[in-house]
Amino acid sequence: MKKVTCHTRISKVSGFSLVVFLLFSITLFSQDETVADEAEAVAEESAGASDGDVANGKALFNQNCAACHSMNRKMTGPALANVESRLAEDEGLDREWMYQWIRNSAGMVKKGDAYAVKVYNEYGQAAMTAFPTLTNTDIDDILAYTAAPAQTPATAETAVGADVGSEKSSGLSNELILGALVLVFGLLVMMLVLVNRTLRRIAETNGIALEKEMSEQRVPIWKAFAKNQFLVLVTAILLLLVSGYFAYGWMMQLGVDQGYRPIQPIHYSHKIHAGDNKIECKFCHSSARVSKTSGIPSLNVCMNCHKSIFEYTGNPEGPTAEDLANGYTNEFYTGEIKKLYAAVGWDEENQAYTGETKAVEWVRVHNLPDFVYFNHSQHVEVAGVECQTCHGPVEEMEIVEQHSPLTMSWCIKCHQETNVKVEGNEYYTKIHEELSKKYGVEQLTAAQMGGLECGKCHY
Amino acid sequence: MNSFIKTGIVLGFVSLLFACQDKSSPNYQYMPNMYEPIGYETYGKIGFLPNGMEAQELPANTIPRGWMPYAFENTAEGKELAGLQSSPLDSLQKEVNLAKGAELYKIYCATCHGSNGKGQGDLVKREKILGVPGYDDVARNVTVGTTFHTIQHGLNSMGSYTSQMNTEEMWQVSEYVMKLKKDLIK
Repeated sequence: MKKVTCHTRISKVSGFSLVVFLLFSITLFSQDETVADEAEAVAEESAGASDGDVANGKALFNQNCAACHSMNRKMTGPALANVESRLAEDEGLDREWMYQWIRNSAGMVKKGDAYAVKVYNEYGQAAMTAFPTLTNTDIDDILAYTAAPAQTPATAETAVGADVGSEKSSGLSNELILGALVLVFGLLVMMLVLVNRTLRRIAETNGIALEKEMSEQRVPIWKAFAKNQFLVLVTAILLLLVSGYFAYGWMMQLGVDQGYRPIQPIHYSHKIHAGDNKIECKFCHSSARVSKTSGIPSLNVCMNCHKSIFEYTGNPEGPTAEDLANGYTNEFYTGEIKKLYAAVGWDEENQAYTGETKAVEWVRVHNLPDFVYFNHSQHVEVAGVECQTCHGPVEEMEIVEQHSPLTMSWCIKCHQETNVKVEGNEYYTKIHEELSKKYGVEQLTAAQMGGLECGKCHY
Repeated sequence: MNSFIKTGIVLGFVSLLFACQDKSSPNYQYMPNMYEPIGYETYGKIGFLPNGMEAQELPANTIPRGWMPYAFENTAEGKELAGLQSSPLDSLQKEVNLAKGAELYKIYCATCHGSNGKGQGDLVKREKILGVPGYDDVARNVTVGTTFHTIQHGLNSMGSYTSQMNTEEMWQVSEYVMKLKKDLIK
């Protein structure tokens, strides 16, 4: 018996130490954060302390130039980092030439300026937009920005580093809690065994017969059970009912793909596109407005944005711990954009299509059986139903899954509850007037309008 | 004790069965020959077509329903000429066209060009795409014709939007862009 008390004490001690450890791990985590914050603050200060013109230059650059120019990357136009010193050293052109070029590049090409013509031809004879409204100081500011060393990557790296650290520590503490629980459980089992043994020993010394010997004389329990016919009947009925219940449940979910989330050939995150960047669903799924199918965008639609967006930079606060745990780092997403480039045949070096394309075999998520007719435009354009009503919060889904069961009872329920949208739709005016009089209601539901007729969906 | 172990084994098997349900592959179907289409479906796999895809590019010298051939080339000169063109839409239906144009603009353009046409859409604010000009930019001299030309052919980093809108819809958006420009200059 002594041993037992000793064990409880040990488990208590281990539990207490667990709590202490947890407290510590939380404080460690918060310290990490403050360090990261301080680092960022310092970085920002140093950026603010440098030339004010650079800030204005950056604003002007982003507004006017960045559509076609990047600092270190060839886009529609050349890379512009240190453009002034590059031109001065290689071509002997001064700032005055830059002023003229920016205000009216096409004019210079026409006049036959040697370098102007060279650049014009080098970049596919795409004339640079003229910016006559930029003053000399504006252009000076922009040039100061192009000459300033890039500062952002350093701060981004420290922030990401801190995040990774905190993520690891929280994962570690989770594992420790689990380990501690397993330990406590093991101790309890050991305790039980020990108690059992000591009790047996006491019984033996006191000369009490153990139950094992008793049971040998008794009728085995299953024989007693088989002899009692009433009990057998009740159990049989019960078993039948339970198995019937489960069989029904299993058969009802046959052919229903709710929750289906296939792996796609390119990891396209709806969370980033529709959620973070608030791009309209119909931007890519444009056929949903006008046709039966919602439309899988062809890759040229992707390229409308990804011609400019060649890497994933994420949110200003960096990837969340959850994303990192799933392996969704910025590099991962950038890799997926490269997959798109490979499929559509986009040569990043020369900013041109190579003509070598390969088909991307997307996996269809929502699929109605062949015996059901469903038309997207009828629901999206005419009825004005939000995409999320049926597809769920797609803008929060990293991997799209089927949100609704897409069963017939689900369709019918919605048709019975939803009023027909008649405003601004002359097509329905007359029939709505007559039918609402017939049914004696103000607003007709889709079901009353004939939305439950078999032939509307099955033919 | 024995029966306890047996029920335990059965329960364990049942829970295993449910745990193994894989959500990355579709469920079983009752009658697959009623579920799977026999006819060719949109985006379906069709063996005899190139790449085995139903989704094909247009054959040469054909015009898709709703789209009209465009006379102006994708060059600076073509754009200049296109700038002289006026909208072919019915001017008596201006209100309807502008309403439709506004709706389409919100879907396809506002994400970069901003809902008021200043070039400050969500993607620009989040610094994903930069250098989007406002429609009131004097140097660009935006007209309804150049707007249509840009939607049709794309310009620099902007791509063509012909795969998302038909000819009439592109004109409706162009007219709405001119309305935004007028509001900006005011």
